[in-house]
Amino acid sequence: MPSTLQPALAEHPFLRGMTPEALALLTGCAKNHRFAAGEYLATHGTQADRCFLIRKGRVALYAASAAKSVIVNTAGPGELVGWSWIITPYRYRFDARATEDTLAFDLDGACLRQKCDDNPALGYEFLKRVSIELGRRLDDVQLRLLDVYGEPDGG
Amino acid sequence: MAVEGFVPQDGSDPMVPEPYRIVERRRETSHTVTLALSSAGEVPTRAFQPGQFSMLYAFGLGEVPISISGSTARRDRLEYTIRGVGAVSKALCETPVGAMLGVRGPFGTAWPVAGPENRDLLIVAGGIGLAPLRSVIYQVLERRSHFGNAFVLIGARTEADLLFRDEYPRWRAAGLDTRVTLDAASGSWKGSVGVVTSLFPNVEVRPNRTVAMLCGPEVMMRFAAQALRDKGLSPHDIYVSMERNMKCAVGFCGRCQYGADFICRDGPVLPFGRLEDRLVLQEV
Repeated sequence: MPSTLQPALAEHPFLRGMTPEALALLTGCAKNHRFAAGEYLATHGTQADRCFLIRKGRVALYAASAAKSVIVNTAGPGELVGWSWIITPYRYRFDARATEDTLAFDLDGACLRQKCDDNPALGYEFLKRVSIELGRRLDDVQLRLLDVYGEPDGG
Repeated sequence: MAVEGFVPQDGSDPMVPEPYRIVERRRETSHTVTLALSSAGEVPTRAFQPGQFSMLYAFGLGEVPISISGSTARRDRLEYTIRGVGAVSKALCETPVGAMLGVRGPFGTAWPVAGPENRDLLIVAGGIGLAPLRSVIYQVLERRSHFGNAFVLIGARTEADLLFRDEYPRWRAAGLDTRVTLDAASGSWKGSVGVVTSLFPNVEVRPNRTVAMLCGPEVMMRFAAQALRDKGLSPHDIYVSMERNMKCAVGFCGRCQYGADFICRDGPVLPFGRLEDRLVLQEV
């Protein structure tokens, strides 16, 4: 992997504050990837072998039925897309598609898992960060379940 | 500090509605209408400050408090954006141009738009909460160079529920960084999906030079205020607009009492630091 990617990775909000040693390990699993608007980053049900750290653009997560496709969440610059690579059975749960031209760090999930297994300190650090993101998404979904913009009792 | 509540200085009785005529009616969403009213009586159309509300009287049905959503620069009219959710508000939404309404006010405290130069503004609106903030947005547009960074973050249930959507391009062109997120969206939506706080990570907040103004459901304001505190903002630099079922609107009847405050008189705009302990309590 090109060593020039490490400084850029260090600047990404998801990885900010990681030690140079940890970043060096992660850099071995990372590459830059540009997605055109409309291009899929991940497809529901397929092997979750990658995750993405968004640098520019926006990615939408879709849940599709026969009748319609609904956006359940979006991610923009500084955010993580994809955690299925670290949770068995390692299959994507949603479609992820760029809604505009998007630049992302594309991380190899199998490579990440191996490095996290080999280096528990790295694994713990990475998992803490993924957990923060999971917690934030859970908060978001729970708040939306409240349907706070629904009809209040009115006068 | 929020601006002190309004008491008429001309000797008029704040309990007596004044006659106003509907001069324009604009449908915003399936449940929401904006009415423009002009005085039809001896007293000229009242001036107001952003954040204040009036009591609108649908003759024979009753009165409801409605925030003013128009421009302070338009001295010939008062605009109200009304969501039809009850008998009175639904009747107001259906009232045609040319019809008369009774109006009391404006009442209550205002958003702290005036203040030191170059302050950053963070305007956070959820649902119908954008209406009381639109008057702030208009004032900022008129004096854009007076402010530093200015963000308008808008949350809505769906794309069809977005208020004043045709105005966003103008706000953006004038230097208001306007961002929108929806609770739910179809596959054709190109913007953000998530609660309004999901817009915060990509907004630069500079503590000690930012004032935040929040309006929307209380749950939304509580979470948004907490997220802003996590970004370093003082609770006294965060203002919220509280909604209660006002009756007299001048602090007599106690119907809108909220702890030690009467929302009609001491609010609706209040610093979050004054309310944060109460916002987590039920049935206050």
